Amino acid sequence: MSSYKIIDHEYDVVVLGAGGSGLRAAVGLSEAGLKTACISKVFPTRSHTSAAQGGISAALGNMGEDDWRWHMYDTVKGSDWLGDQDCIEYLCKEAPRAVLELEKYGVPFSRTDDGKIYQRPFGGMTKNYGNEPVQRTCAAADRTGHAILHTLYGQALKHNTEFFIEYFALDLLMKDGECKGLIAWNLNDGTIHRFRSHITIIATGGYGKVYYSATSAHTCTGDGNAMVLRAGLPLQDMEFVQFHPTGIYGHGTLISEGVRGEGGYLLNSKGERFMERYAPKAKDLASRDVVSRSIAIEINEGRGVGKDKDHVHLHLNHLDPNVIEERLPGISESSRLFANVDVTKEPIPVVPTVHYNMGGIPTNYKAEVLTLNGSEKTVPGLMAIGEAACVSVHGANRLGSNSLIDLVVFGRAAAKRASELIKPGMPHEEISQSETDKCLERFDKLRNANGSNNTADLRLNMQKTMQSKCAVFRTEKTLKEGVEEIRKPFEGMDNISVKDKSLIFNTDLVETLEFDNLIRQAITTMDSAYHRKESRGAHAREDFPKRNDEKFMQHTLSWCDGVKTKIDYRPVHKSTLSTDVQYFPPQERIY
Amino acid sequence: MVQINLPQNSKVQKGKYYKDKTGSKSLRKVNIYRWDPSTGENPRIDTYEVDMDNCPSKVLDLLNKIKNEIDPSLAYRRSCSHGVCGSCAMNMDGKNGLACTKPHDEIKGDINIYPLPHLKVLKDLIGDLSTLYRQYESIEPWLKNNSNKNEKENLQTKEDRSKLDGLYECIMCACCSTSCPSYWWNGEKYLGPAVLLQAYRWIVDSRDEDRQERLKKVADELKLYRCHTIMNCTNACPKGLNPAKAIAEIKKMLVTG
Repeated sequence: MSSYKIIDHEYDVVVLGAGGSGLRAAVGLSEAGLKTACISKVFPTRSHTSAAQGGISAALGNMGEDDWRWHMYDTVKGSDWLGDQDCIEYLCKEAPRAVLELEKYGVPFSRTDDGKIYQRPFGGMTKNYGNEPVQRTCAAADRTGHAILHTLYGQALKHNTEFFIEYFALDLLMKDGECKGLIAWNLNDGTIHRFRSHITIIATGGYGKVYYSATSAHTCTGDGNAMVLRAGLPLQDMEFVQFHPTGIYGHGTLISEGVRGEGGYLLNSKGERFMERYAPKAKDLASRDVVSRSIAIEINEGRGVGKDKDHVHLHLNHLDPNVIEERLPGISESSRLFANVDVTKEPIPVVPTVHYNMGGIPTNYKAEVLTLNGSEKTVPGLMAIGEAACVSVHGANRLGSNSLIDLVVFGRAAAKRASELIKPGMPHEEISQSETDKCLERFDKLRNANGSNNTADLRLNMQKTMQSKCAVFRTEKTLKEGVEEIRKPFEGMDNISVKDKSLIFNTDLVETLEFDNLIRQAITTMDSAYHRKESRGAHAREDFPKRNDEKFMQHTLSWCDGVKTKIDYRPVHKSTLSTDVQYFPPQERIY
Repeated sequence: MVQINLPQNSKVQKGKYYKDKTGSKSLRKVNIYRWDPSTGENPRIDTYEVDMDNCPSKVLDLLNKIKNEIDPSLAYRRSCSHGVCGSCAMNMDGKNGLACTKPHDEIKGDINIYPLPHLKVLKDLIGDLSTLYRQYESIEPWLKNNSNKNEKENLQTKEDRSKLDGLYECIMCACCSTSCPSYWWNGEKYLGPAVLLQAYRWIVDSRDEDRQERLKKVADELKLYRCHTIMNCTNACPKGLNPAKAIAEIKKMLVTG
């Protein structure tokens, strides 16, 4: 592999990804005086955090009484008791401080009459341990993610973070089970870069693009997750894929839960507010998994709208147009552009659409990556944050507006932990050339592939299989078929073709590498789903409709080496972090 | 000596013609600017016949169809596909915009797609935005406020907050700056509409304590006053923002102190 020009770098810490969590970590690391590189395959403000709309949760109590313990209870219940309560305590307790910090960074939050941060109701967010709805979701109109991402990029500039932009990461550098850095390909000039670092923080986001219809960006390919799998480490709870109840029918564009938070509601073809039947108390503001399943049932039972009766309507035309203009301008624009709908007059056609991955790289609340070796062990030198990570604070189902807060709380936690673990300028160990060779061999093989299978065709095959066999409702039969079928596109890679052989902005090769990343996660998702024979949160098995706490109050861990996977489990943490709050024992989950 | 013609290596040549293989009755011709830095060849225009019966409505869908089904080597940036990330800015039918929000049925005749104008091309439709990003950095896009050190948030009235509307939504796609003739000629020194809009976003933020310093910094013959109110920027903005107005506001603030 000597034909590739390799440029070496040494950093105290390398952050891979420049979305909300990666940037927040980079800011903290730079503040701590650690020499930090932030690597991203897209310019930071293009990251998918920019698409988050409705808001960021924190019990600020700006719009009525609130308590972080209530937020914690809601999150535990939302997770269907699969979340680790020590981590959830950390998230909810730290949340108010993290949001105030964002405000001080300059995020243009919407405001209340007395000038405080505006907060709106959101699904599953309640007062007093599951009673009436609370206004906890802090919003910058319906462009909260965009506002936060741009502000964090500004902060990173302020702190002189060193960016490596439009670099595509290939693999981690591992030595005796420890992470020593990573290798990336600079798309701008075609060179290969080897970053040595004491700590590598993976912040590469989710992998929504394993599905055909997703709100996820084209770039949501979970590259960091796949790098972890190739390093021989497991991913956790991959079967838990969130379907957002309201993606625009036919296009998949997200319509924020904030619409329902501001008073919007769903109707079926009979004009019924059907959520009243499924969630008598919370109605349209039940948890996302509950609302998505309810919509799927309405459609399956013939009460969908449209020519094919395959979607439902989201109404907000009864709302005051001023409220829509002030608080929901972005979704008015999206509805006009992608559904040809004027939201002040007509309903939006919506359908449950893949939106978020609860699963990912297992970590503790300090963002240190975990593996299972007899018992839970941390992986030295490796951290993960944001959607790429599975802390697990979202368990089997994430509550809306808990993802943005996850980004900043754990981005900050990672920086804090890194600055405890290492001192600026510590010397780097030698790493053997074989790691680099192994990585470049895969790269070179794909680059020079001259087979007959088109990357786009293999990707489509994978996406259609995931969409039909691993959807909102799952059964033994669909999953068994899925386990078999999802391996075919992987095997198709043996005979793949890459037409562009160049090294500068070779997007043909980028997409092939992304497909290689996606398919490994598709396989682990399908296999994890097949092995979980219960229904919990977003994982709904028609053949096992009940939650089974005796057997499955456990996180799934899945290793994947090509088509071969290994599944194991680790128990959910059944204790809190401090005595400030009591452990919430499992209950029946009713909204 | 003034060079009037394009240099030899910039002349755009006729490229490959990809004939339809689907047998579709509803075809459109799509002409796309192609340039690969690794070949040493001149840029060219490749033409693709595309089956419109099976193509969703936006220009990005068209490009994806070409990349997936006809020519995987075509290079362009794309990500969110719903107008919030700003990746797929390009010149379509002579006008800058986002491929993901531009309906192709608004374009009559052949569909011509080029990179954003007056940027160094890196490959095909991918332009080099590094100058614009450096300029963005130069306006120090972060809140400067030293007085509020306590735990509480800065208060801001609804009215003050509303002054940021029409500014903070900018997605940095560069459609405006690359449509501005002043920016074409003085792109290294003139900040251009995108960056000036951002400068104004911080100048009018009631929480920021550095307004005078910020104003002083942009008040420069080249940085600010190269705006000649041509208004291409406002016409080009795919988010419906008005950078020309923001620039005018900065000028007004400088006059009225």
